[in-house]
Amino acid sequence: MLSAILFLPLAGAVVCALWPREHEQYVRWWAALVSLAAFIISVVAFAMFDRTQSAGFQFMEHFTWIDAREIGGAFTLQYKIGIDGLSIPMVLLTTGLTLLSVLISFGVGLRPKEYFAWMLVLETGVLGVFLSLDFLLFFLFWEVELVPMYLLISIWGTGRKEYAALKFVLFTVAGSSLMLVGIFLLHYSTNTFDFEQLSGANIQNTIVPINLIFWLILAAFFVKLPVFPLHTWLPDAHTNAPTAVSVLLAGVLLKMGGYGILRWGVSVFPQAAKNFALIFAILAAINIIYGAFVVLRQQDLKRLIAYSSVSHMGYVLLGVSALKQVGLTGASLQMFTHGMITGLLFIMVGLIYERTHTRDIGQMSGLMRKMPVIGVAFYIAGFASLGLPAMAGFVAELLVFLGTFDKFVPMTILGVVGVLLSAGYILWMLQRVLWGPPMERWEGLRDTRNWWEIGPVVGLIVAIISVGVYPLWIVDVVQNGVQPIVHRLA
Amino acid sequence: MDTFPEALAWAIFLLPVGCSLLITLALATGLLRRGQLRLAGYLTILVIFVAFLLSLWALKAVDHNSGHALSYTSHQWLQFPGFSFTLGLRVDGLTAVMLVVVTSVSLLVQVYSQGYMEGDPGYGRYYAYMSLFTASMLGLVLSDSILFLFVNWELVGLCSFLLIGFWFHKPSAAAAAKKAFITTRVGDVGFMIAILIIWTHTGTFDIAQIHHAAVAGGIGSTTLTLFALGVFAGAAGKSAQVPLHIWLPDAMEGPTPVSALIHAATMVAAGVYLVARFFPVFAASSGALHTVAWIGAITAIIAATMGVVNPDIKKVLAYSTISQLGYMMLGLGSGAYVAAIFHLMNHAFFKALLFLGSGSVNKATNTFDMRQMGGLRRVMPITFWTFVIASLSLAGVPPFSGFYSKDDILHAAWNDNKILFALGFIVVFLTAFYMARVIFLTFFGEFRGGAPHHDHWTEGWTAIPVAASEGQNVHDSSAVAAVLRAEEAHELEGDAHGEHEVHPHESPTVMLIPLVVLAVPAVISWLVNYHTHWFGDLLKNALPVGTPERTDEVVNWGLAIASIAMALAGIFVGYVIYQARRGLDVTMGRLLRPLYVLFMNKWYGDVIGEEIIARGLVYRGVAFASETFDTYVIDGVANGLGMVTNRGGAVLRRAASGEFQAYGFIFSAGVAIIAVVLVVIARTS
Repeated sequence: MLSAILFLPLAGAVVCALWPREHEQYVRWWAALVSLAAFIISVVAFAMFDRTQSAGFQFMEHFTWIDAREIGGAFTLQYKIGIDGLSIPMVLLTTGLTLLSVLISFGVGLRPKEYFAWMLVLETGVLGVFLSLDFLLFFLFWEVELVPMYLLISIWGTGRKEYAALKFVLFTVAGSSLMLVGIFLLHYSTNTFDFEQLSGANIQNTIVPINLIFWLILAAFFVKLPVFPLHTWLPDAHTNAPTAVSVLLAGVLLKMGGYGILRWGVSVFPQAAKNFALIFAILAAINIIYGAFVVLRQQDLKRLIAYSSVSHMGYVLLGVSALKQVGLTGASLQMFTHGMITGLLFIMVGLIYERTHTRDIGQMSGLMRKMPVIGVAFYIAGFASLGLPAMAGFVAELLVFLGTFDKFVPMTILGVVGVLLSAGYILWMLQRVLWGPPMERWEGLRDTRNWWEIGPVVGLIVAIISVGVYPLWIVDVVQNGVQPIVHRLA
Repeated sequence: MDTFPEALAWAIFLLPVGCSLLITLALATGLLRRGQLRLAGYLTILVIFVAFLLSLWALKAVDHNSGHALSYTSHQWLQFPGFSFTLGLRVDGLTAVMLVVVTSVSLLVQVYSQGYMEGDPGYGRYYAYMSLFTASMLGLVLSDSILFLFVNWELVGLCSFLLIGFWFHKPSAAAAAKKAFITTRVGDVGFMIAILIIWTHTGTFDIAQIHHAAVAGGIGSTTLTLFALGVFAGAAGKSAQVPLHIWLPDAMEGPTPVSALIHAATMVAAGVYLVARFFPVFAASSGALHTVAWIGAITAIIAATMGVVNPDIKKVLAYSTISQLGYMMLGLGSGAYVAAIFHLMNHAFFKALLFLGSGSVNKATNTFDMRQMGGLRRVMPITFWTFVIASLSLAGVPPFSGFYSKDDILHAAWNDNKILFALGFIVVFLTAFYMARVIFLTFFGEFRGGAPHHDHWTEGWTAIPVAASEGQNVHDSSAVAAVLRAEEAHELEGDAHGEHEVHPHESPTVMLIPLVVLAVPAVISWLVNYHTHWFGDLLKNALPVGTPERTDEVVNWGLAIASIAMALAGIFVGYVIYQARRGLDVTMGRLLRPLYVLFMNKWYGDVIGEEIIARGLVYRGVAFASETFDTYVIDGVANGLGMVTNRGGAVLRRAASGEFQAYGFIFSAGVAIIAVVLVVIARTS
């Protein structure tokens, strides 16, 4: 089943690439169909998921891919995938947001075949990251994701798109090359790439200090999350990417970082994680506060939301730094909720940008009058982002704070202040763009009437509120993933 | 009728929630068309009426239980190892009183709104917000845990935001809504930290358990004080206590019935409720209690001085609300828990009445500026008389209800600290004085013309010409600038009124009925706590046994007479300045110019809050520094590294050519290299 989710988009991408050029306009329907199928299978997997806390990995698929021992080597590269409570929310998020991204891209006119093909390849790459239980396989998928992302930004982007795409790739590659070194060093002492063996082993006698390996591996995740001061690729990439790609970047790709920290960082190196928990907490607080202050100055809608992601991903790191049940649950949940909320924010910004052809907040006023549907949805997204109760973000942030407070009081307080600042920048933005007197210049704007735009927006709003009102349906799944980490840390 | 089923308690909360959702859905799907919008109003009124009846029933049941909490089970909502949050309701004496106050005022305000909001295109939206507000306010007082209370606390804040910004095309309304939300959220940082503290130390959110831990001494005194101060920070934000009071006067941008319900009677009193709810905790920490008392007293007097000079009738009432909330806090801080809630109830009735009265006056004159009013008592007799009754109640003249609760608070302050008492005592004079000023300026003398008719909805809807809007940069349209511009516009409007004849008239019956109904409790609501002390016992039994609480059952005649004299003096001075010797006010203003300037500028609270802290310290200071650092240092280093590498080898420059094939090649080469490395490792190890 998992292989089906994983490779369906890739197969779909191949079909996209081979799609006859004269029927190019129908390729979007195909892409939608493929991503819908992947989403439905992942929903089925989510529904069938055994929620008991000790259930461990499920739907495992495992075979040896390359066995170097046959040629006298010492490693095996295995194809091993499976899901637990840590990954299934991410899989659901990935397939869901990809489906929405395909839908909101229905208007793409430039080379649609390639566009949708790359988007589906991207989906396979990201899903592979979340599904892999072998470190080397994980790394391969980690790298696979770069190619489509590079192309999507540099071809279909806006503004300084080549610069942004190259910056994104260079930062990621810099991080992942360090990770690769770390993976090999780890293999030297443990002789395995297998997650279950690694997370069960008491790693010692490494050829270099284990803390060094830990940081080498974490470097890639810190770039991805991103953690201050490695975040500077993010605003450029998010701002210049096309709307749907921004949705995926912020909604899914950043989570690869958080997921990696939990899966390959904390789970494999519990002692190192404990040693450096304070540094995590400090970096998290910087992310939250510094990010929020930078957001306050942004005049470009997309840049504003991009920086707000930097701030909000700080909560993930803060939750991790607690290294206890509540905080880790909060961190995992924050990844899921931020994916939905920021996805929605980027969709709203995209819809506005399509109509106004500007993202400069200073040039907008009173858009609510012309676009009540977009306006109301933008407001809902904004309030979710500033942590209003009864919406998803509040639950996650609350759990992060509760989990961290007894350990890192000052950092948690800074986190709470970060929520206050988020109210500041979100309301300032919404009020400037939507409220106030309408301008003559925007008299001709039309609200959205397309189902492929309204559908994703309503879907995300429903999901955000359902997590906010009754979080248990997702939290008890997350427990299944958090519990083993907590045991490992104990 | 002596028991109250849990399902009905939930119904009090969930009925208005459902009503709001229903209206929202009907509006969103287009089922509720223009012309049928009245249905939204009728539905809201019906639902809140049912909630009101249920609240009376709850009160009856609690009374039968002599004020102790009715026992309901709490429902598991979110639990996993190390965390548990249960959702439940708590109905005790305090809750029951609040339920009745909230539902009754809300019901009357909804009825009144039928007249006031008539013809507004946002009519349906208005009732969706109002019923959501009522629901969250009821949820707030019903919550049995501090976390569920906080959830509702934020939701009332949301509704307040939406309703202040109801006419959102007006820059002043938009700015005011934002300011209200953010300022109260400053306090909520404290509230949130308090929740974190209590959960970390006791592992529970349950209010009864927190009470128990506080009374039994299960929590360390420093922790307890920090928790209480955090809670009070939240309360100070919502209840507009100094220095977080600056949002409330601006909040008057919302429709007047909103001001009556949210910014006078209920939501702003939620802070007082919160402190009362956690009174056992405060009572266990003298430091926290003193803070509450001092902040309350300072707020009471500062706000009263601002109310003395403002020419806008609604703003005066807003300052008066802040001042009276300060009184309630002073009462709580002095240990007079019953007196504070007693005052909260009385205040809810007479202040809602005053606001609705000002709305009635506004309908007649199209303005809130008292300089354009005058002589209205002849054309608006019902508005006039009900307004006078409420004013006397507020001023503290017996036998109106405000006198009794205010006197209880002063009595407690007298026994607690003489300086606090003195501050409160001066406020008695100021309150009587500014209300006399309002009445004489508004209802006596000659009519001074009013303002030309304007429709809140259409006004400002005409688009700004392109040229004007493009020249505008973002910094100009800050909250402050927007307010200033709105004030300029207001003045221009005032200049132009000569061309328009305004004929003031009494408001429609649907608006007058709530006024008359509210006038009844404004006179007699004190009876509930007279002689039998039924009200006080009901409230006291909501506290855990052993909570030190100060109720003075003996009347201190000396204090009572002194405060009556003070109130009458205030009224008399107001009469002399604004009625008997017209023009004296100008002379007085000139004589006391420094004070006048200070009060008119609101003690520079807005300047400090918006200009110095928000724009200066945060926006131009820290945020600017962060942004500069990010652009030039962080990004600069990244680009610098890139440039060095770029210059180092022409290869890389060619690599960034944008040629797809090249990237494909590089990628394949990378994979090949990895493969080679793998094989090498495999062979060597």
